[in-house]
Amino acid sequence: MIEFIKQPWPWYIAGPLIGLTVPALLILGNKSFGISSSLRHICAACLPANIPFFKYDWKKEAWNLFFVFGILVGGAIAIALLSNPNPIEVNPKLATELAGYGITNYDNLIPQEIMNWPALLTLKGFLLMVVGGFLVGFGTRYAGGCTSGHAIMGLSNLQWPSLISTICFMIGGFIMANLILPHILSL
Amino acid sequence: MLQHKNTDFETRTLDAVCVNNSELTHKWYHNIKYMVVGILFGIVFVKSEVVSWFRIQEMFRLQSFHMYGIIGSAVLVGMISVWLIKKFNIKTIYGERIEFHPKTFNQGQIYGGLLFGLGWAITGACPGPLFAQIGTGATVIAVTLLSAIAGTWVYGLIRDRLPH
Repeated sequence: MIEFIKQPWPWYIAGPLIGLTVPALLILGNKSFGISSSLRHICAACLPANIPFFKYDWKKEAWNLFFVFGILVGGAIAIALLSNPNPIEVNPKLATELAGYGITNYDNLIPQEIMNWPALLTLKGFLLMVVGGFLVGFGTRYAGGCTSGHAIMGLSNLQWPSLISTICFMIGGFIMANLILPHILSL
Repeated sequence: MLQHKNTDFETRTLDAVCVNNSELTHKWYHNIKYMVVGILFGIVFVKSEVVSWFRIQEMFRLQSFHMYGIIGSAVLVGMISVWLIKKFNIKTIYGERIEFHPKTFNQGQIYGGLLFGLGWAITGACPGPLFAQIGTGATVIAVTLLSAIAGTWVYGLIRDRLPH
């Protein structure tokens, strides 16, 4: 059984389980599924700086911080106890392309060669980790949600603004992965 | 423009999907159940490789069905769940009515959506996976998370000057 769980889970198992988070949070306490809001609550809790956007009672949204902390712990449990000993298998075309940028290690969920502490001091690492992270935090709040809030919760509730957001997420991603990222990885 | 006349709820729900609708107040430890959901969710994230930078690259190069299958089936299950909750007027475990807040369109969903999409394809992570990646031992992603928090903070700072 445990050997079976240790394999990578197929989409038709993982997708429905992720979808079930929507009713789970609603039934447990009337909470709409969303993750990027946690970043805002952290701002409101740690550095509101008298900015009106952060002047609210973040403690009322403390559940969201418990939820994201749980995700972190879940990641640790999955690696410590249920880890797949084999490297991630990707499409050979992607492997060929990434090998051209010197990325050949598939042991971790992130590419070790380009995402590590010393790499932060290089232009490539700075763009990948710091600028990339900034775009995620700025963009999700500007859009009013991320993949969980818009793509999963919003679409589940048939909200057309969420459909527009989701389409824009995908357009941005396609532009970056195919047109801009190759130049960054070549640095 | 955000004025002080706004109620706490109005400010809190601005630009947010994730809204705490509950009027009930509970002791802090009631939040532990959300942590348990988060733990299960984090395990699914890692085991399905949703939090893998490589899987995100495949998705945006149309080289794998995996991510599309996951997002598609998650949305389908979510839709059916929401429909069932509305149809049968299912209550929370505390007996509260479950509320849904309709979203209104604003241009931020386009501009912000595009910016987030760019970031998603670079970091290979949306906000949830950032937390999961740190949990898997990729400690350097804590820098990415801090940068994402900084991005949110800067958004809050210049929000009134951005087109919405």
